[in-house]
Amino acid sequence: MELALQVQDLTVRYGGFTALDHIRLELEQHTTLGLVGESGSGKSTLARVIAGLIAPDEGQILLGSEELRKKRSKEQHKQIQMIFQNPDASLNPRHTVRQILAEALLFHRIVDRSQVGRRSTELLDRVQLEARSLDKYPHEFSGGQRQRIAIARALSVEPSLLIADEPTSALDVSVQRSVLELFHTLRTELHLTMLFISHDLGVIHAVSDTVAVMRQGKLVEVNTKDEFFIRPKHEYSRELLSAVPKMPR
Amino acid sequence: MTTQPILEVESLTLAAKSQEKLVHNISFSLERGESLGLVGESGSGKSLTLRAILGLLPRGVEQTGGTIRSKVSSSMVFQDPRGALDPLCPVVKQLTEVVYYRQKTTHKAARTIALELLERLGLPDSLRTKDRYPGQLSGGQCQRVVIAMALACKPGILLCDEPTTALDVTVQQQIMDTITSLQRELGFAMVFVTHNLAIAANLCSRLVVMKQGRMIEHGETHRLLRQPAEAYTQMLIDSVLPLPELEGGRTSWN
Repeated sequence: MELALQVQDLTVRYGGFTALDHIRLELEQHTTLGLVGESGSGKSTLARVIAGLIAPDEGQILLGSEELRKKRSKEQHKQIQMIFQNPDASLNPRHTVRQILAEALLFHRIVDRSQVGRRSTELLDRVQLEARSLDKYPHEFSGGQRQRIAIARALSVEPSLLIADEPTSALDVSVQRSVLELFHTLRTELHLTMLFISHDLGVIHAVSDTVAVMRQGKLVEVNTKDEFFIRPKHEYSRELLSAVPKMPR
Repeated sequence: MTTQPILEVESLTLAAKSQEKLVHNISFSLERGESLGLVGESGSGKSLTLRAILGLLPRGVEQTGGTIRSKVSSSMVFQDPRGALDPLCPVVKQLTEVVYYRQKTTHKAARTIALELLERLGLPDSLRTKDRYPGQLSGGQCQRVVIAMALACKPGILLCDEPTTALDVTVQQQIMDTITSLQRELGFAMVFVTHNLAIAANLCSRLVVMKQGRMIEHGETHRLLRQPAEAYTQMLIDSVLPLPELEGGRTSWN
């Protein structure tokens, strides 16, 4: 299997606080890595470093065989797209969905100006939204629909790595379920390579091939999904798994 | 065994100033020491119902029908512990103040009671010598302080509005364990609001399922989970994402 992403000895410090402590992580092409951990464990920091939003103090990141440095090219930026927890804050409230999608498509020259409308409709169809949504504004949609728009925008530039940072945590449980189903469809149809961050182990179980556990800036376990949920290697992973409330029988 | 209910909510209707109805015709009762779960998604009116019981409806919302009868006092634990505490007042001082006013003791006795409560809730001993601000405690510790404050009022009913939603799973488990053991010890009744059916099922003997301000189903927890009458209840049950059984067993819950 080819590696889509390699993270080597990544360290990030905020003043005296070490947010990421020598993280080594590999992500295979067309697989989803689920990253779990409690708040403050450094999951989001890791996502932001990979996306190029934070410069690391030490270590390097390889996307395919290419090293990603502090200054990234437009092409490198395009290759990694991110979906955030709060869809309300990640969409421009004064732009219609058409403008939101067109901006990404045109900036990265994905299609010709004449093809933008057609492609936008296709993208909305991918995330199961109707074509007439194009001329609406973000506030006219529900939270789950807004998250779908954010997903469509991330997919529009055909990234080689998609980072989803708690994409369903702000959503109601029924909506969370439908968004997870969408992720599942996208994974099988588009063969996405994805880094999926969540504190919810149920969500991680639903989307991942591999699971990585973080605690206090360190990676404590990387394991295949099946192995992790039944026979976790690390004591902390076991602790996390036991703490998930379950339905009584 | 028939006991007198300590809380009776009868056809409670809440409406916004614009006459829009937010909660329609909710009825339930609560007996001494019992735990009742209110479950539903956002906008289902579960938090408003809880606030109506406490008499703390947000501005612009009024009770337009029905009655709430309660023989005992109630106190509430909110979702966001940091928002529920005064950030400019150290926690022992905050709790002491509540004890002083509600239990009508001397300042010195109030402080002793406050420290006892905090110890019982598993807060660090160092608070005895050095008081700390809410900002210097973790989210889980702050929630414990909030629970201590609610218990300082010696409530007959503890109202919990998603007390663990903002917390990590391991902390959530600790808080749930704490609430359960305190309930066993002190015997208060509880109304527990959550969107997570698994938590409600583990804590409550009866459940009320709410959707868009209406009560769509209610009943004994095990029966409701086994034979839900409504598709919406089934959907809530299904939304608890399944996890495979851990080899070597789980350390707690159930």
